[in-house]
Amino acid sequence: MTRFNAFNLLKNALSGHKNWTEQWPDSQPKAEYDVIIVGAGGHGLGAAYYLATQHGITNIAVIDKGWLGGGNTGRNTTIIRSNYLYDESARLFDHAVDLWENLSQELNYNVMYSRRGCLMLAHNVHDVQSFKRHIHANRLNGVDNRWLTPEECKEYCPPVNISPNARYPVMGGALQERAGTARHDAVAWGYARGAAMRGVDIIQNCPVTAIRRNADGSVAGVETGKGFIKAKKVAVSAAGHTSVVMDTAGVRLPLESYPLQALVSEPVKPIFPCVVMSNAVHAYCSQSDKGELVIGSGTDQYTSYSQRGGLPLIEHTVAAISEVFPIFNRMRMLRKWGGIVDVTPDRSAIISKTPVSGLYVNCGWGTGGFKATPGAAHTFAWTIAKDEPHPINAPFTMERFRTGRLIDEAAAAAVAH
Amino acid sequence: MLLIHCPYCNETLPELEFTYAGQAHVVRPEQPSGQSDEQWEEFLFIRANVRGPHYERWRHFHGCGRFFNAVRDTVSDKFLTTYEADAPRPDLSSLTERQK
Amino acid sequence: MSQYRVSGRGRVDTSRPVTFTFDGKRFTGAQGDTVASALLANGVHLMGRSFKYHRPRGAVAAGSEEPNALIGTRRGPGRFEPNTRATVQEIWNGLETNSQNKYPSLKFDVGAVNDAAYMLFSAGFYYKTFMWPKNFWHKVYEPFIRAAAGLGVSPTEEDPDHYASRYLHCDVLIVGAGPTGIAAARAAAVDGLKVVLVDENAEAGGTLLSEPQAQIDGRPAWDWLAAELEALKAAGVKIMTRTTAIGYYHQNMIGMVEKLTDHLPELPEDTPRERMWRVRAKQVVLAQGALEKPLVFHGNDRPGVMLAGSAQTYLNRYGVLVGKRPVIVTSHDSAWFAAFDLQDAGAQVQAIVDLREGVHEALLSEARARGITVKLSHTATATSGRLRVSSLRVNPVSGGSVGAGEEIRCDAVLMSGGWTPSLHLFSHTKGSLAWDDDRTTFLPKDTPEDCLIAGASRGLWGVEAVLKDGAEKGREVAELLGKTPAQVAYSVAGDRTGTGISMKELPTDRSPGKAKAFVDYQNDVTAKDLRLAVREGMRSIEHVKRYTTNGMATDQGKMSNINGLNIAADALGKKQPQVGLTTFRPPYTPTSFGAFAGYHRGDHFEVTRKTQIDAWAEENGAVFEPVSQWRRAWYFPKAGEDMDAAVARECAATRKSVGIFDASTLGKIEVVGPDAVEFMNRMYTNPWTKLGVGKCRYGLLLGDDGYIRDDGVIGRLGQDKFHVTTTTGGAARVMNMMEDYLQTEWPDLNVWLTSTTEQWSTVALNGPNAAKLLAPLVEGVELTEETFPHMSCVECTVAGMPARLFRVSFTGEIGFEVNVPAPMGRQLWETLWEAGQQYGITAYGTETMHVLRAEKGYIIVGQDTDGTVTPYDAGMGWAVGKKKPDFVGMRGLARPDLRAKNRKQLVGLLTEDQSKLEEGAQIVFDPKQPVPMTMVGHVTSSYDTGTTGRPIALALVEGGHEKLGETVYIPMPDRTIAAKITSTIFVDPENARLKI
Repeated sequence: MTRFNAFNLLKNALSGHKNWTEQWPDSQPKAEYDVIIVGAGGHGLGAAYYLATQHGITNIAVIDKGWLGGGNTGRNTTIIRSNYLYDESARLFDHAVDLWENLSQELNYNVMYSRRGCLMLAHNVHDVQSFKRHIHANRLNGVDNRWLTPEECKEYCPPVNISPNARYPVMGGALQERAGTARHDAVAWGYARGAAMRGVDIIQNCPVTAIRRNADGSVAGVETGKGFIKAKKVAVSAAGHTSVVMDTAGVRLPLESYPLQALVSEPVKPIFPCVVMSNAVHAYCSQSDKGELVIGSGTDQYTSYSQRGGLPLIEHTVAAISEVFPIFNRMRMLRKWGGIVDVTPDRSAIISKTPVSGLYVNCGWGTGGFKATPGAAHTFAWTIAKDEPHPINAPFTMERFRTGRLIDEAAAAAVAH
Repeated sequence: MLLIHCPYCNETLPELEFTYAGQAHVVRPEQPSGQSDEQWEEFLFIRANVRGPHYERWRHFHGCGRFFNAVRDTVSDKFLTTYEADAPRPDLSSLTERQK
Repeated sequence: MSQYRVSGRGRVDTSRPVTFTFDGKRFTGAQGDTVASALLANGVHLMGRSFKYHRPRGAVAAGSEEPNALIGTRRGPGRFEPNTRATVQEIWNGLETNSQNKYPSLKFDVGAVNDAAYMLFSAGFYYKTFMWPKNFWHKVYEPFIRAAAGLGVSPTEEDPDHYASRYLHCDVLIVGAGPTGIAAARAAAVDGLKVVLVDENAEAGGTLLSEPQAQIDGRPAWDWLAAELEALKAAGVKIMTRTTAIGYYHQNMIGMVEKLTDHLPELPEDTPRERMWRVRAKQVVLAQGALEKPLVFHGNDRPGVMLAGSAQTYLNRYGVLVGKRPVIVTSHDSAWFAAFDLQDAGAQVQAIVDLREGVHEALLSEARARGITVKLSHTATATSGRLRVSSLRVNPVSGGSVGAGEEIRCDAVLMSGGWTPSLHLFSHTKGSLAWDDDRTTFLPKDTPEDCLIAGASRGLWGVEAVLKDGAEKGREVAELLGKTPAQVAYSVAGDRTGTGISMKELPTDRSPGKAKAFVDYQNDVTAKDLRLAVREGMRSIEHVKRYTTNGMATDQGKMSNINGLNIAADALGKKQPQVGLTTFRPPYTPTSFGAFAGYHRGDHFEVTRKTQIDAWAEENGAVFEPVSQWRRAWYFPKAGEDMDAAVARECAATRKSVGIFDASTLGKIEVVGPDAVEFMNRMYTNPWTKLGVGKCRYGLLLGDDGYIRDDGVIGRLGQDKFHVTTTTGGAARVMNMMEDYLQTEWPDLNVWLTSTTEQWSTVALNGPNAAKLLAPLVEGVELTEETFPHMSCVECTVAGMPARLFRVSFTGEIGFEVNVPAPMGRQLWETLWEAGQQYGITAYGTETMHVLRAEKGYIIVGQDTDGTVTPYDAGMGWAVGKKKPDFVGMRGLARPDLRAKNRKQLVGLLTEDQSKLEEGAQIVFDPKQPVPMTMVGHVTSSYDTGTTGRPIALALVEGGHEKLGETVYIPMPDRTIAAKITSTIFVDPENARLKI
């Protein structure tokens, strides 16, 4: 595989780009693997990559019912941040940000991690109290996050309306400068290329229909559209479809899958320098390198696998954008799409062993999975390889729903992830 | 926006009038104190999350205010039926038959 | 008349000249022109620059699918929008337009150096470089890439226009008012069926507007069209033009945006710019027609290279010749007719170049009759010309090999690669598509919606065929709706039917690596980019699309999807359906944010709930704060006072004499019925059975997980009647939760719940003089300690108004809450205000309320608790009924982690240095530890208080209840503050002040 760098780009340009090779081959399943990962999104491919690079396990298949990176990895608004309140979350997401910072170099694939800062706007006294609580907790956890006055918010992101007469006036904001965005497809492709380079089979268009167990209860392998494939370990990382897959192994999870919508505007020249999140008004916005405003919406109220969201929610989302950034009212929406997000009762993820020996699960990321990709993949790989929790993912077990030891960022702060 | 039939009002109305209320037929035990931690976890959190016909609850919030049950296909979002909260769980095969 | 205007052609009114500017230069067009047709009439083809290579571009189409001719449009201050399609924007006197993505000028753009270095900027090049040195991405490379990308500039001012939205319910919605849609409407408009026919264009007619030669039922097409539209109106069909069906949502809801003012020279008073229609149709007929495909060859993007059908539209609809010496290059019969029309209008067609070996004899003879040179089995391999095409290079193709080329001089190249059915809305329904090998395109298959698709959008061709199909589908929907439809038959003369073949990139004698054969014009995606993507392992069209950005421009692949698919499939050696088609996503065409936001802007973004006393507060200088949807008086500053000063004064006055507070936003729920007390026992942690009538109790509501959800004082007004209060933000939530348990878990309980928040205005009086002030106004109860002690309630009369009077306190002072019917709120307030003057009554806001309650250690749910706090954590174990068999949350409280030692518990904090803590500040036991520190809690409430003479705070601290008197530390950025853990009650722990 050709190494990516300016020299090789130039060299290939001069030869008409005819000599580039496949970034990953079109693999067909073998009879048996050490590890099968169900779901070829950023989390699944990343876990395969780290299993290969950190744990010396390369006899791995990553299996997906569609194309790699075609689920939530390729459908999210690419926000990356780690300014979470609880130690558990801050550690996990900050671990991810640490990995994000070197990911392009690590993968030799420019994932365009862009440290442009994430500004969370406070619109009422409760927001102010909550954000300051975050800022103090982040500081003592070594996570950057600082308070900006409304004027400083405006300076940092000029399109923000700080008029005191707004329906929900801006009372300040919490800024994490290390936060930002990345190019979502490149993350999946970069991990896929890195994993494939090390011998991992990526098997696309191959639905996993069931997880099979041995007589002793341990995992035996998976039934797929291409037949049964034996495996010593099976790791499920299938986002919105995790419940359905895990159910076949007799593992029931505290998950519900909801439709989530996002949209982009027509592209314009740079106008929006950072990421802005306004939880009170439900407006989430950044500008892509192409120039599109990338806007996140909320989940519809009902569970669904249809990937077809409703019009009222989009109307509300766009109204929220126009409320916080009134200059965008004459901009045009280019396209809107839907994904399926799996949500746990405390809106925090599960990265865990399961009651079935040899079966592991990484799920429940809700609307916040992209930012965690390297961190989740890295610690999930550890859990798969060593059959034990990584210190960072140890709190994110399935058991917490029994004991009540939840990691409930949303309840703590009324902050959407 | 879905169209939903309220079995109490006997009208089919836009989703904006309704609020979703999660999986149906999750019964709160008569004596919660007698439940084990596992049972209580099951009651509070474990959900079917099916891909396909889903038994679920809705409330006609901006209407009669009643909670009722529905079977909706979570792949197509089509309602197979809605029924009153105390009605028995309808049999799936008869519903899908009726759809055809 | 302009140079390229053809007299006697088109539907524009040349007797009504319209002037507008493009890049500051004045141009004149005719009434009915678009910016593009008017510029073309003036011989201007160069209208923009492409996204990546900044190549000069002109209009390639004549409709909403245009990828190149995107301009900025302006109507004075605030009314500017980028990326407007010049092919859609109608001109009006005074319209200002500008070209985009160029510097310093459209004709000389330095960004075009990218074009020279195009070999470097291959598909996905940015994934392969810009990684060293590491911090250069954010600081150097990304800003460079961002500045180069992005087409037009964003508006920078607030939008002065307003937008509207409406619901529309109809029996049949027909999308597309071309011949198909018109025929469908005609057939369906029977027996009172409500039919709506909608079209994105300024006038209905679709392809008929470009095909005046057809004779329908013996009449010229345009006469037939006019009569037919009249007939439809007479039949009650609602015809909506300039209205785009943007998205197809669940159960036949279609979003449509109607443009109301963008074409008008003067803005009418009070007319919205756009209106969003939310249509719910029983049946939908999609008749969106088909879109012409470009041919993919080197230089196919030069200004003057255009779709043949679009050239025909410019001629027949706008009376504009896009060139006087055009050359046609095609793989479909339809372009031949364009050649004939242009030749007949005075152009000299230089040649018809067809990729095919043979075409129908009729076409050849028509070409011969006009003296047009025909070159069959020829390919186009290049164009030349700097800012406008000046020649086309064509080469013979024989047995797969490309012969020597010849240059054909020309001023326009009109191309056609065949037609793609428009399946966008059909695709929104999650409808399935089937590949049609004959037509080399996808055709519609099944849809879960009540929807039919008709005409060219299901692959039919020719006016007669689509009229017939439209009528059939119209009849079908009428029958589905239980009506007997009209029988309509059509006869068409002069119809132009035809066939063609679908191409990948055209055969060429050029090295394929050096061809700039564009597939996606706007995003500068070439055929070789697509092949490179495949070479690099992108095997699905979704990957190819994302890797190359093909189909992701503002036309959303309307021009490029099928050409891209053909090329990718060829590169993969697979059939097209195995490679897949990317999903079409709403909206059909880019749609303004304003249309989605509709009325929900500014003050109307969300409803603002105001109490009856709100106006008094405003008149008296209150500063407000938003609390959920309410706005509440935050504090009442006097001249020269800041917030701290105002709050200090309000607090002092209330503790000293009497304060008045608007508590109307508190949630109120009436719980009534024979089982009301049992219901209360089950819902709340507290026991209610023994609470006497006329008494109140503080109630605590948990979720079944055991955490505090809400609280409030609850009065028992009768054996079977409770007046429940909730927090302001929690009212609806609590009501919903109560209804849920009552209806679905305990339907056996005979209880009725009513939300009465809006029924009552609630005024709180607090302070040592509260009873003295109120007593003379109250009839029905004597306000003494004996007759009406603390935590009493009664229905009585206050100032002549029927009232529910509560003796409760959220301040630690003698307190009353007077509830009167909501509309009497202000009258009550003003009466009390007058009566209180002798006591120096002071109005206070929410901030003073917060301070006073904190001094007394009363919690605020959501501030001192956060959804992870149990009653025991909050120090309110006393509120949990120990003898009850069950209540909501009881089992949850017994879970292991909720019973664990060392949970965070609510305590008071007093700083050693008397400084005020910051709310949200984190607490540690060991201040000397390194970061990351072990945090053991946080400050939930903190105030400077006059009453205690020092700042006080409430905090959640691990094991705090066992640590009274111990010191904890609050590390701040600049210093560490030590604080002592205390009781949460800072004022009057004996409750002496509550006594009258």
